[in-house]
Amino acid sequence: MLRYVLKRFLTAIPTLFVIVTISFFLMRVAPGGPFNQEKGLNPVIKANLEKVYHLNEPLWKQYLLYLNNLLHGDFGPSYNLPDFTVGELFAAGLPISIQLGLSALVLALVIGGMLGIIAALYQNHAADYAVIATATAGSTIPTFVIAPLFQLFFALTLKWFPVGGWGDGAFVNKVGPILTLMLPQLAVVARLMRGSMIESLRAHHIRTVRAMGLSDYSVIIRHALRGALLPVISYAGPAAAALLTGSIIVETIFSIPGVGRYFVEAALNRDYTLVMGTVVVIALFTILFNLIVDVLYAVVDPRVRYD
Amino acid sequence: MTIQFGLKSWLAGCTMLAMTASGAFAEVVFNRGNSADPESLDPHKTSTVYEANILRDLFLGLTTEDAKAETIPGAAESWTVSADGKVYTFKLRAGAMWSDGSPVTANDFVFAWQRVVDPATAAEYAYMLAPIMNAEDITAGKKKPAELGVKAIDDMTFEVTLNAPTPYFLEMLTHQATYPVSKANVEKFPTDFTKPGNLVSNGAYVLAEFVPNDHIKAVKNPKFYDAANVKIDVVNYIPTEDRSTAMKRFEAGELDSNDDIPTEQLADLKAKFGDQVRLGPYLGTYYYAFKTDKAPWDNVKLRHAISMAIDRDYLAETVWQNTMIPAYSFVPPGITGYETRTTDYAEKSQLDREDEAKKVLTELGYGPDKPLKMEIRYNTSENHKNTAVAIQEQLKPLGVEVTLLNTDTKTHYGHLEQKGDFDVARAGWIADYRDPENFLALCKTGTGNNYGQYSNKEYDDLLASAAAAADPAERMKKLSDAEGVGVARDLCVVPLLYYGFHTVVSSKLKGWEDNVMDRHPTRFLSKE
Repeated sequence: MLRYVLKRFLTAIPTLFVIVTISFFLMRVAPGGPFNQEKGLNPVIKANLEKVYHLNEPLWKQYLLYLNNLLHGDFGPSYNLPDFTVGELFAAGLPISIQLGLSALVLALVIGGMLGIIAALYQNHAADYAVIATATAGSTIPTFVIAPLFQLFFALTLKWFPVGGWGDGAFVNKVGPILTLMLPQLAVVARLMRGSMIESLRAHHIRTVRAMGLSDYSVIIRHALRGALLPVISYAGPAAAALLTGSIIVETIFSIPGVGRYFVEAALNRDYTLVMGTVVVIALFTILFNLIVDVLYAVVDPRVRYD
Repeated sequence: MTIQFGLKSWLAGCTMLAMTASGAFAEVVFNRGNSADPESLDPHKTSTVYEANILRDLFLGLTTEDAKAETIPGAAESWTVSADGKVYTFKLRAGAMWSDGSPVTANDFVFAWQRVVDPATAAEYAYMLAPIMNAEDITAGKKKPAELGVKAIDDMTFEVTLNAPTPYFLEMLTHQATYPVSKANVEKFPTDFTKPGNLVSNGAYVLAEFVPNDHIKAVKNPKFYDAANVKIDVVNYIPTEDRSTAMKRFEAGELDSNDDIPTEQLADLKAKFGDQVRLGPYLGTYYYAFKTDKAPWDNVKLRHAISMAIDRDYLAETVWQNTMIPAYSFVPPGITGYETRTTDYAEKSQLDREDEAKKVLTELGYGPDKPLKMEIRYNTSENHKNTAVAIQEQLKPLGVEVTLLNTDTKTHYGHLEQKGDFDVARAGWIADYRDPENFLALCKTGTGNNYGQYSNKEYDDLLASAAAAADPAERMKKLSDAEGVGVARDLCVVPLLYYGFHTVVSSKLKGWEDNVMDRHPTRFLSKE
């Protein structure tokens, strides 16, 4: 297992390199640059700016320079926020996005998982229909509707929570964003869990353990759940990578200083270094969570072996 | 035991509450909505109004602005101007200090201004110092920063030599690009002097916290010369990108003001917030530029015909919900001593204009058999799109086939700056200082922002003679004549709308004076 994990880490390096290279050149194909703006710059001043950031050099040189800096852990300065390096922006924003994303994910897995199991056990009963209806609603109402509704009802009418802002991480400031991030995930998890649990309960080995007279609890939790978890795990991996790196919609509506907004903003601003930074971070998270999923597979399902 | 303890803490709680209520420890906190974070808090590396709003509180230029954005003495107590209008001698305020307690000296200004024009600083607003001797050559790398026309006569006397008399020079000095920075501070932290804890400033407030995309906290500077009259203790600049959220935060009392509103909700907001919604003219113009060096747009008559057919009242009232004002001149009204020059159909009714436009188009041979084709390029924004769509509809009855091309802002301006091909392109200009030249320079031959590539010797000569005029009234007259030629006669740009400011200001905030620059230094505000 350890060898497998090590091997996966090593193969991540060329993967990252390819991603960085493709993104670097693709980004430069986009017309306009970081210093094109409504209030156009005098060409002399623009040339000075480009010189400061080495944008006047040939592209291949800029690429080598970027790779070299990246190898030294330097993501470079942000062009549009020159008071900060890209590293500093992530150091400030990523913990916030991870906190919100992770809370949402854990809640979605636990609550969604339980709802799914309940629905599966009471298939075609009232409880099942209730879960399915909620799940369908949860996954069809977009976050940009849920978030303002939350603000209107819980913040402006009931005054339980603030409308927005991070408030130095106060609990009340996190409730809205976490719930908004959680709901669509919860819906998906509940549906996945329900489906796979129904299937798992019909499996031969479950019939066998039932015949052996095991308690319902033991049958469901120790035996059926194991097999039923696999689809949920394979969904949760990429979902985690997406959730932990922030959501532009939730962060913008709740004025949360996470990193989700950088993905879109940086691209629109042609803030090349920030775009590259976000690409590297997302790639790292995706690789990491795919690896975690594969390892969990082996842990949960005795049929999966990597040695 | 428990009861006793509970009682004690309850009593302690009451005492604390009473103290807070009596105001003994209450700070006056102003939560100021500022649509976006500043790009930088280095006054020399800024380019947007969002940092201007913050830096205005942190720093003090030689001159500064009062609550109505009128120019008043700042770091300079007084000044004299030489007879030829080229040499300004500023007497710095006696006893003025940086927030670290060191004195603000003329050397700080020499250091700061040399830094602004130095190509290595790459200051976007370096041109704010362009009137100073050698400034442009230094920025272009042809001269050394030390050759800038500035001098510290002694610690308290700062002398500036200009290329030519510049009547708006004192007003330019309210701009953040001309603010001083503490030489000792920048030398101590060359790359991160703008960080909280490092930044030393000479304005009414000092930087305390900066959490990107969350808030910037500034606290009252006890070393500020007029600190006794500064009533707000803490300002939090809160960026709220989503305007609807900003309105809800205002409603919930989380924001005391916000510099923007979602204009499409204007009617509702007015009903809800009453006169806390503030609207008024802002010194800026929303315009379309024709590519004037290309057929058929090189034909002035055709440009006028299109311009006449555009119903600006409809744009202002319906598309922009009266947050903009119909424009017929490039220079907006509101500049003292300047007479704006409007196109001659400004006074005619829209129906007459449309008839006139039809006549011209027919004269030029356009009709059902030979329709005029026109593409409008605009940058991404709901309102820019709605404006272009409205114009497309307005031109349809005249047989003009308008197509729309939307690109994101960087692509749009990248294309325009590289002098790419287009028919008509959307642009806008907000004045940096109250002077018509700030607008009219955009039509000068070869200027980077002259997207339409307009070039006319008469116009350029008028601008040049205005620059050389010694008498301010004569200068204004020449500039007005230039607008008469370049804009009213030739339509180097098609003015559509004057910008308006649209803000919400809590009724608890006192001292907020509406003004055409939409500038509101916190030091003149108070909160109930």
